[in-house]
Amino acid sequence: MAEAHPVGFQWVMEAKARGATIIHVDPRFSRTSAMANLHVPIRAGADIAFVGGLINYVLQNEKYFHEYVRAYTNAPVILTEDFADTEDLGGLFSGFDPEHRSYDWETWRYQGDEHIAPASGARGMHPRHRREVQEAARGEAHGSGGAAAHPAPDSDETLQHPRCVFQVLKRHFARYTPETVAQVAGVPEELFTQVARLITENSGRERTTAFVYSLGWTQHTVGVQYIRTAAILQALLGNMGRPGGGILALRGHASIQGSTDIPTLFDLLPGYLPMPFAHHGRDNDLDSYVEAEKVDKGFWANTRDYMVSLLKAYWGDAATADNDFCFDYLPRLTGSHSTYDTVLLQMDGTCKGYFLFGQNPAVGSANARMQRMGMANLDWLVVRDLVLIESATWWKNGPEIETGEMRTEDIKTEVFFMPAAAHTEKSGSFTNTQRMLQWHHTAVDPAGDARSDLWFSYHLGRRIREKLAGSADDMDRPILDLTWGYPTGGAQQEPDADAVLAEVNGRDADGKPLSSYTQLSSDGSTACGCWIYCGVRAGGVNQADRRKPGREQNWVANEWGWAWPANRRVLYNRASADPDGQPWSKRKALVWWDAEAGKWTGHDIPDFVADRPPSYRPPEDAVGVAAISGIDPFIMQADGKAWLFTPAGLVDGPLPTHYEPQESPLPNLLYRQQHNPIRQIIAHPEDRFQPSGDQPGSEVFPYVTTTYRLTEHHTAGGMSRFLPYLSELQPEFFCEVSPELAAERGLEHMGWATIITARSAIEARVMVTRRMTPLQAGGRTLHQIGLPWHWGPNGYTTGDAANELAHMSLDPNVHIQEVKALACDIRPGRRPRGPALRDLVREYQERAGITADTGTEL
Amino acid sequence: MTGREGRPGGRRGEQSMVPRAEFESYYGRPVLKEPVWKAPDVPAYLFLGGLAGASSALAASAQLAGNRELSRAAKTAALGAISLSAGALVHDLGRPARFLNMLRVFKVTSPMSVGSWLLAAYGPVAGAAAAAAVTGRLPRAGAAATAAAGVLGPAIATYTAALLADTAVPAWHDAHREMPYLFAGSAASAAGGLGMLAVRPAHAGPAVRFAVLGAAVELTAKSLLLRRLGPAAEPYQAGRPGKLMETAEVLTAAGLAGAVLAGRSRVAAAVSGAALLTASALTRFGVFEAGRASARDPKYTVGPQRERLRQRLPG
Amino acid sequence: MSTRWSDRLAEEADPARPLDPAALAGYADHPARMGFFTDTSVCIGCKACEVACKEWNAVPEDGLLLTGMSYDNTVGLGASTWRHVAFIEQIAARPEEQSGPATGDASRWLMSSDVCKHCTHAACLDVCPTGALMRTEFGTVVVQPDVCNGCGYCIPACPFGVIDRREEDGRAWKCTLCYDRLSGGLEPACAKACPTESIQFGPVDELRERAQQRVSDLQDAGVAGAQLYLDQPDDGIGGGGAFFLLLDRPEVYGLPPDPVVTTRDLPRMWRHVATAGAALAVGALLASIGRRSGGGA
Repeated sequence: MAEAHPVGFQWVMEAKARGATIIHVDPRFSRTSAMANLHVPIRAGADIAFVGGLINYVLQNEKYFHEYVRAYTNAPVILTEDFADTEDLGGLFSGFDPEHRSYDWETWRYQGDEHIAPASGARGMHPRHRREVQEAARGEAHGSGGAAAHPAPDSDETLQHPRCVFQVLKRHFARYTPETVAQVAGVPEELFTQVARLITENSGRERTTAFVYSLGWTQHTVGVQYIRTAAILQALLGNMGRPGGGILALRGHASIQGSTDIPTLFDLLPGYLPMPFAHHGRDNDLDSYVEAEKVDKGFWANTRDYMVSLLKAYWGDAATADNDFCFDYLPRLTGSHSTYDTVLLQMDGTCKGYFLFGQNPAVGSANARMQRMGMANLDWLVVRDLVLIESATWWKNGPEIETGEMRTEDIKTEVFFMPAAAHTEKSGSFTNTQRMLQWHHTAVDPAGDARSDLWFSYHLGRRIREKLAGSADDMDRPILDLTWGYPTGGAQQEPDADAVLAEVNGRDADGKPLSSYTQLSSDGSTACGCWIYCGVRAGGVNQADRRKPGREQNWVANEWGWAWPANRRVLYNRASADPDGQPWSKRKALVWWDAEAGKWTGHDIPDFVADRPPSYRPPEDAVGVAAISGIDPFIMQADGKAWLFTPAGLVDGPLPTHYEPQESPLPNLLYRQQHNPIRQIIAHPEDRFQPSGDQPGSEVFPYVTTTYRLTEHHTAGGMSRFLPYLSELQPEFFCEVSPELAAERGLEHMGWATIITARSAIEARVMVTRRMTPLQAGGRTLHQIGLPWHWGPNGYTTGDAANELAHMSLDPNVHIQEVKALACDIRPGRRPRGPALRDLVREYQERAGITADTGTEL
Repeated sequence: MTGREGRPGGRRGEQSMVPRAEFESYYGRPVLKEPVWKAPDVPAYLFLGGLAGASSALAASAQLAGNRELSRAAKTAALGAISLSAGALVHDLGRPARFLNMLRVFKVTSPMSVGSWLLAAYGPVAGAAAAAAVTGRLPRAGAAATAAAGVLGPAIATYTAALLADTAVPAWHDAHREMPYLFAGSAASAAGGLGMLAVRPAHAGPAVRFAVLGAAVELTAKSLLLRRLGPAAEPYQAGRPGKLMETAEVLTAAGLAGAVLAGRSRVAAAVSGAALLTASALTRFGVFEAGRASARDPKYTVGPQRERLRQRLPG
Repeated sequence: MSTRWSDRLAEEADPARPLDPAALAGYADHPARMGFFTDTSVCIGCKACEVACKEWNAVPEDGLLLTGMSYDNTVGLGASTWRHVAFIEQIAARPEEQSGPATGDASRWLMSSDVCKHCTHAACLDVCPTGALMRTEFGTVVVQPDVCNGCGYCIPACPFGVIDRREEDGRAWKCTLCYDRLSGGLEPACAKACPTESIQFGPVDELRERAQQRVSDLQDAGVAGAQLYLDQPDDGIGGGGAFFLLLDRPEVYGLPPDPVVTTRDLPRMWRHVATAGAALAVGALLASIGRRSGGGA
């Protein structure tokens, strides 16, 4: 965190100054470790084993927060008889379909509850389930206004029933013993036990423990399950929704939270509504979409309100009840349009055009080589950035030009470079990792031709609309009917960002700004660009622009900026109070029930129905928000509880399971099943995989390599490698190796090394340091190599890109690449130039016996 | 602190890993900054300034004794040397055009300030003295100038010792007691040597005596300096500075012997004089280089300071 | 000049009394002495200080060089580096039998942001012949670039090796403690940018108190090597306007363990110069006495 979020890290230092213990779990001893009380070196790719071990420790030693677990998690819920765990099936769950490489969640259900929906809504549903719901819903949609309620699932409050979630959990993690953790993750037992002791002693009524993670957890083929493991642990320890607790997801760069809230992800609409699909006769109309999407209980029950308001924001007066509020105008998904799938579509000629807004896939995306090959097959490419990044110049100076595989004169892609305005040259919001929006104002107009993304999008849309004006073709209606009347101003005709924010916030039929998403309606009277952001402009005031100093507020400081939803700073903070509505301890009070006033109150804005007493139990037929009981803190979950077991929502298992990364020198010591069977594999001649574990040829790539960041540089280097002041701080690409590995491979400090995988080979200067430490795992010494991934051939400081080495095997839930745990070889000296580079890679592929099938097995 | 591993933090390129910084330095990096003064400019100035100042003293003394040949030669030498000095000094400035800024202030805490004012006063009078001697004009003014130059000359010849010593450079600062005598002796030796070179033996007597005295003082001062410094004398004895100092010592001794034994031989006197001049120059270059070497290696800074602390603090 | 000398001698007679360099420099009415307390125990090595300083002061980039000195590619203070973050890896030895991981609490990675010390007795200022180096009303030491003629004397005079001459430019440059920002009531750029308050800016008296408390807390907590450096007025430079909390001996960070302002010995130097000069003059006179003086004829 100190490396990648130095400014945010000041709060960790603040906590440390007040006596907090900082534990840093990371393959390398970084600047964060230097500040931590304890550094735990871990094998990259083994965190589920490690955190799973902590879960096992908590369960075996009964260190969980009993009352919290009983009241606020689904621990008591009994699962259907048909459920079979990884314990029974050698690492798989029941419902596995090897032909389709998918799971059928039928056997993961709660007993007695047919169709519980996940918090992520329809997007997280199994296709067959979704169809059933829609068919069931169609009949009910007309008139009654809601699906039938379901009875509460069977549960055992004593947590003893063999099929209750608690017992299933216990059994599932029983093999994650300290000895196993040592073998799998390379963390010695003593150190592991020390960590377990520290976190359990620091959790409970009086104390809470916080987890912070970033891409070291997400960028794996089991990335989502990593986070699930932490969620389970934190729920067991009673740390969720409590001050000083929770799980903080540090995102990869400023405002990327905003770019999933108002998404640039293919499968989401603003506010995490799912994009509709084109197939299977589903999502044909608004009704079926809503029915499939909404849940019966909780705030997703109001999906229709959110969706209609969004459609009104998009299409304004053109969207009416008669035309389903222009629901038809929304584009439809035809499959996975993730960035890696798109590369394949580029390579086969289906995708002809590409916009890159501040994105540098030629350096920053896995299998950088394929990224460039994809772009080389486009008709046109538009790059918007501050500087000429590699994704704009690969056609003349990319690695394939050097190897001779591409010739500039043969590349037909028409590349447009549009200079972009920097954040100081435009107004707008940043949404940071804690869901807080902060407004920033233009300090100076952009120079020359540089323009903001807002300017670009707006004027591009304006020009297209002008070209299409007067068209009678229905195809053009979605664009022509858009509300596009944003005011512009200044010499550059910059659209008014505040006006866009107002549209995002939403307004009522009279045009007055809304202040809460509870005001949203599905009768077309409200428009709202993003329901979770509703309230950011409450009262017509830009709440994101508030700057009341912390010293003038309480410690939660709600009046600095604005967080979604409804400016609540700690999500699910109802859980900070016990079932009677009183804080678990005075020390850890956050929100509580004020019986006299008849409402929830506290230091933070309560993330709960304001006037719902703790004693409220919903009647059996209650639906929607009314179905949330007084002890359901997790209001976005269908049952209001924290899910230790996930009956729906994740495609690769209801419980986290340690699988080895796509490429690993070690076999899976915990189960027969080596890999995540559901991982998304993008197989392609340019994306060959290596053998793993005990497979022949695995020894050709005996080392683990992981990618990470340096404070001095930023992501793919576009904002740092072109600046002298930053470049001089870290002027060259280097790899970090332990003295032991250096001795083993003949590497010299400040010499050169070549790192090779089945995809490519790169060169780096060598930093031999004791901060990299060999691990004992799988009965052998395992070496890890650290690679900062910031470099590319352009700029003040240049070097090879670490992502040349990476493959496209993705997490199946969110399609993120696994660049945090790769297997590789390393040798001293610089890499070959020209065609000899590809010869080297081929030589390695042959030695390892790599074919089109390698690594693609289940 | 655990023990060192691998090669102790040595020079760049010889490390086997990110070096464990030795307990006494940061990756072997210098603690101080070396002087940016260039060779030959500044060491040449030390030599020429000393030569000039001592020559003026000798010139004044010769003038008093009526030794016109010697006094004229010495005055000319002084003017020539100090003119070259001025050129060298201005050239060595980072902003030569701003050399007059030296006269913005007068600071007794700055030997360079004191020296600048000394030079500003000495230059003209040395010039006047030489001009009068060579042209024969304005003899009374010339005599006054000669006297003035004779008073300022010794200051010019010795203040440079304070100039070098008044820094953090270990080899210079630690030698601050002996350095003025070393420079005085070296200057006298050079001035005397130049007199022996330029003037017929019949008139060169004072120059010979001056040279012998100067050489003896120079040798003694150097010996005392090295003895007092102890281990810190290493920069004066090792490497290039060591060679320069040693050669200088040999030449001084030879010149001293030659001066004593030369008698009436013009050639012998000239050779001895040349030897003394060369030695004087080499001494200044040697001292200069020794200083730079002592600034470059952190052990010369850290070692003595750490030792000093150890002795000062109890336990 | 003489006033300053006698004042200084008086001050030195009472080492416990903190010195007021601005008053010594002749400011009658001046604000409190301002400086830095750099608490290296909370430095995260982010180098925001280096960048902020260069940005504000338009200091040029001074070399793209991968040094191998841990994460320190800046190397040291100089004419174009006025904040320098040092990195010292002190990773505990591995257990003898196997290469297991180093246990976190025995391993350290020291990080420290170095800066000009703005000495109470500043050698650079003392030796500057043009008066370019001056004491400001805040007690800081500043080079006036329009006066400096690049004589280079300040460079070997500094016991910390801070100030240097910019080759392309010819003048000496160093940290100004953001004199321009101070004059506007702002804090220096580095202090503003530092996210963990490792660099603390304020009145030196206050900073000293805070530092005493902090080092005492660290020592109580058993933090090895925690010590203050240059905070006391009785050291060889009269204490620094910028002082530090270190976690090891100064030389580990490249700092001199017992720096002394060279001016302290200058009176003795002048005495010896005077004696040597006088001896030179006498020697010259004596050389002309006696036979074979070559005079007359």
